[in-house]
Amino acid sequence: MSEPLLKLEGVHTHIGAYHILHGVDLQVAQGELTVLLGRNGAGKTTTLRTIMGLWQASQGTIHFEGADIAARPTPEIAQAGIAYVPENMGIFSDLTVAENFILAARGSRRIEDMDAERLEWVFGLFPAMKRFWQHPAGLLSGGQKQMLAVARAIVEPRKLLLIDEPSKGLAPAIIQNMIVAFRELKRTDTTILLVEQNFNFARQLGDQVAVMDGGRVVHAGTMADLAGDEALQQSLLGLSLAAHQ
Amino acid sequence: MTTPSETAAVQAPEALPVVHPDRLPLLLVPALALLALPFVGSFSTWVTLTFAGLAMGMIIFIIASGLTLVFGLMDVLNFGHGVFITLGAFMATSVLGLMTAWTVSGSLLLNLVAVLAAMLVAMTVAGGVGVAYERLIIRPVYGQPLKQILITMGGMIVGEELIKVIWGPQARPLLLPTAFQGSILMGDAAVEKYRIIAVILGLLVFAAMTWVLSRTKAGLLIRAGVQDREMVESLGYRIRRLFIGVFIVGSALAGLGGVMWGLYQQSVIPQLGSQVNVLLFIVIIIGGMGSVTGCFIGALLVGLLGNYTGFLAPKVALFSNILLMVIVLLWRPEGLFSLGKK
Repeated sequence: MSEPLLKLEGVHTHIGAYHILHGVDLQVAQGELTVLLGRNGAGKTTTLRTIMGLWQASQGTIHFEGADIAARPTPEIAQAGIAYVPENMGIFSDLTVAENFILAARGSRRIEDMDAERLEWVFGLFPAMKRFWQHPAGLLSGGQKQMLAVARAIVEPRKLLLIDEPSKGLAPAIIQNMIVAFRELKRTDTTILLVEQNFNFARQLGDQVAVMDGGRVVHAGTMADLAGDEALQQSLLGLSLAAHQ
Repeated sequence: MTTPSETAAVQAPEALPVVHPDRLPLLLVPALALLALPFVGSFSTWVTLTFAGLAMGMIIFIIASGLTLVFGLMDVLNFGHGVFITLGAFMATSVLGLMTAWTVSGSLLLNLVAVLAAMLVAMTVAGGVGVAYERLIIRPVYGQPLKQILITMGGMIVGEELIKVIWGPQARPLLLPTAFQGSILMGDAAVEKYRIIAVILGLLVFAAMTWVLSRTKAGLLIRAGVQDREMVESLGYRIRRLFIGVFIVGSALAGLGGVMWGLYQQSVIPQLGSQVNVLLFIVIIIGGMGSVTGCFIGALLVGLLGNYTGFLAPKVALFSNILLMVIVLLWRPEGLFSLGKK
């Protein structure tokens, strides 16, 4: 088996006096979509933020493409090819949609410098972005802001996308369309680590799944295995897929 | 790159909510000026006072604009900003002292070159000292507001004392070059030439800052960083480098403002910076911490109000700025332009 793109081993994270992650072991394979599931407070968001360097791991290693990035500053981690979509979406509300895109395209100083073909592909996934191109991002609806957050992460090719609860607070129709967009991303072999609480959403996209509880990964395997095992769902998540349908 | 099929496109509601741009604070400056007119009575006196207020406001804006961006980007409260004002003003006394023959020559060109040289040197020295100040005083206390207040106040005191060591504790004259002296008559109103120059220079600085912030990638990064610096870092940009750049430019602008303030007062004292400091914080609080446009409006309001009340009720002028801040904060608790900072 080839080396995973991202590998966390024994990662601990403290935030002030609080010990949040208690030795997280996690692997994300190249070209796959791995879903991180778990209850509120299980440590999913902290795991993403620790990978991104926004909170420093107090112990353990985080290898990305074989190099340990645990002690690197956030900008260096981003420059290594990891894009991050936080739970709050991280939209610059006073800036236009276009300006949000320009900032995400590190190699471009102006719109004209951006890869036009790539931009059209992103517009194809999220047409609202083209429609509201010159509008302040703060005026977009919740769903449109989420689209902008994801679109911004893929406006240039990245090796790994870390996406935190993209379905949170969205209407079912928008969630369904978001699933379609993620499938298109998967089709381009984009590697994604997705934090989700919506199991139905996760089930439709995930190749692999890791379940967190109490700051540790308590289960890792294929999504197909978890989706097909109600007893396992009950024991890990306290719910079953059937309850979500 | 293939184009996704129609079904892959994420559909979204078509319309955006209609939100009108927030222009109300922009009307405050003309509203204040018009409100003062019946109280002042004489139109010519009102014109003179208005130009004086605008000139003072523009100088305050030039000084305070860097301070508001420094706070907006890194939440750094720099109570030592006044050092750069004093430094700039004293550098100007030295430069113009060496160029006295040019400043008294009566030639507009020679006068301009002398003043521009003084401004350039003041900005360069203030910016250079800003580099050391950021490295030695600000950097060790990032994210520690209480320590920032204490250490930057200490920096202000040390800086002031160093200025006394170099230039002496006494006031030093900073006379206007011959061509900048005197007034221009606008009808019956006499408006000092230097005040007109200060207004023009202030407008140029505001226009330049607005252009940089809206038309360049560095400007976009500053605006984005003021809102959410963590996200800017997550996109791969080193916000600390950006902050250092803004700090240097802010220090240089404070140096420029010091030259202009000194020429406005025609003398400088080592306590100049500490005297102006409180006014600067009032201005950036009124404008909304981190907002350049808010800082611009706030500075003009403070400048105009100070001049009107100084003429109409000198005792009220002593606290008019505080009163203005209280009124603005009761109306808009986050200042005139809130940035929705995360």
